[in-house]
Amino acid sequence: MSVLAIVEQRMAGEVLAAAQQLGSPVVAYSIDHPYSADAYTAAVEELIHKVSPEYVVFGHTYQTRDYAPKLAARFGRILIGDVIAAKPPVFVRQMFQGKFNADVRAAGDGPHFISIQAGAWRADGASAQAEAFSPTPMTSRQVAEAPFRESARAVDLTAADIIVSVGRGIKEKENIPVVEALAQALGAELAASRPICDAGWLPMERQVGSSGQTVAPKVYIAVGISGAIQHLVGMKGAKTIVAINKDRDAPIFEVADYGIVGDLFEVVPALVEEIKKTKA
Amino acid sequence: MKIAVAIKQVPLRDSPLRVNAAGTWIEEDNLTFEINEPDAYALEEALQLREKHGGEVIVISAGPARVAQSLREALAKGADRAIHIDVATLDTLQVAHALAAALKAEAPDLILTGLQSDDLGYGQTGVILAELMGLPHSTIIMQVEILPGQVRVKRELEDGWFQHIRMPLPAVLTIQSGLNKLRYATLMGIKKAKTKELKVVTAAEVPPASAIIEKIYAPQKNKQGQIFDGDAKAAAATLIEKLRFEARVL
Repeated sequence: MSVLAIVEQRMAGEVLAAAQQLGSPVVAYSIDHPYSADAYTAAVEELIHKVSPEYVVFGHTYQTRDYAPKLAARFGRILIGDVIAAKPPVFVRQMFQGKFNADVRAAGDGPHFISIQAGAWRADGASAQAEAFSPTPMTSRQVAEAPFRESARAVDLTAADIIVSVGRGIKEKENIPVVEALAQALGAELAASRPICDAGWLPMERQVGSSGQTVAPKVYIAVGISGAIQHLVGMKGAKTIVAINKDRDAPIFEVADYGIVGDLFEVVPALVEEIKKTKA
Repeated sequence: MKIAVAIKQVPLRDSPLRVNAAGTWIEEDNLTFEINEPDAYALEEALQLREKHGGEVIVISAGPARVAQSLREALAKGADRAIHIDVATLDTLQVAHALAAALKAEAPDLILTGLQSDDLGYGQTGVILAELMGLPHSTIIMQVEILPGQVRVKRELEDGWFQHIRMPLPAVLTIQSGLNKLRYATLMGIKKAKTKELKVVTAAEVPPASAIIEKIYAPQKNKQGQIFDGDAKAAAATLIEKLRFEARVL
């Protein structure tokens, strides 16, 4: 049962380690061509015909998300995406924004298409090497311009020892000072989950998560953040994680070292008061 | 231009969810449903593009009878007409096949959908739809600019990077939440929606599911965290003490 690993720079070691777990031999390739959805779909399709694998394994990157479902559909499959554990042919992935895990069985004959979540496999277990593959030239319908960054990052959250981060639970822009007071009392940087920055309640440069900054402070205090995976990948490296949320089942409590289940509008001012007491 | 928006109906955000008796899905009785959030942004983008370039917005959804309510809501917000593919639950590949069959006859210039659903979270329906319809696509889109015969989009990459991509129309785009500001349905809109066309069709023949959910369950905790509740003041005092003397981080 051969396994085809498609390796990009991001998550390379993890993808190779996961591929080794799924079967052998592992045949690993990086695609030696500028990215476009059409080009990579054709390139990996070519590799599948060459290798005839049982499984095709990818990292669950934005690039994989852009083309692997198209490729899988070409073989009458979906991509079993964002997988956190594997007992082939059953794969574990999160559903309902991380509230549940699901055991998903790859049905029928291969090839089956699997993408793994960042951090779910240890990169250092990989021994396989990826070979560069030059696909047969083709015309892609997507024409890409050079990648760019929106703004110079004035705020470097990665340097902060303590981060107080706010999510949807804050309800309104007018309530932001509630968490600002906590950040100030702790000498912490203020950060936010994506919806808060999307709404313009805090600037984009304060966003933590897959599309924002990845941080690993000594203390990360998540206030009113449910803990969708896109947020967790940006902060789960923090030494101590504190969660304050009204929903006991919120996924953020799965990674929290300490947590308070309660109304943030009562809990946060109480924390500020306690901190002031200790400093008095 | 003719724009189709594929929407999915999902449980209302923050609904208390329970696993069903069979352990294979959630218990849907007594739940309230809403338009999947990224799909709501896709609809808003379509409405704004129509305001700018003229044309028509068709909203389409595959699902059971309850889905009609979300389609009406989309009509109330300004979509011109709706197509309801009346089927029981289908998996992602099957939904894409059903949508593709229904949309082929419409031949839209642009198809928009949200980048992923809040329930399954696969993020694939739009991409598979593009493959089945033979159309170019791009994903996680933050901005849409219509050019003659083309679309130029701003696509989100990781770590705060972006990229512009051009492709010929017709095309399929999956839309990221937050790229525009959602509108509410007005009273006039709700009234008008009642007279708009909501066509119910049966699903085309679809292939077998390729990924089968055997079981869903609450995740095992990675860490055994200490969780406090009850009186906010007492919980706050305990937490600060733990952070100072146990974790020694304050």
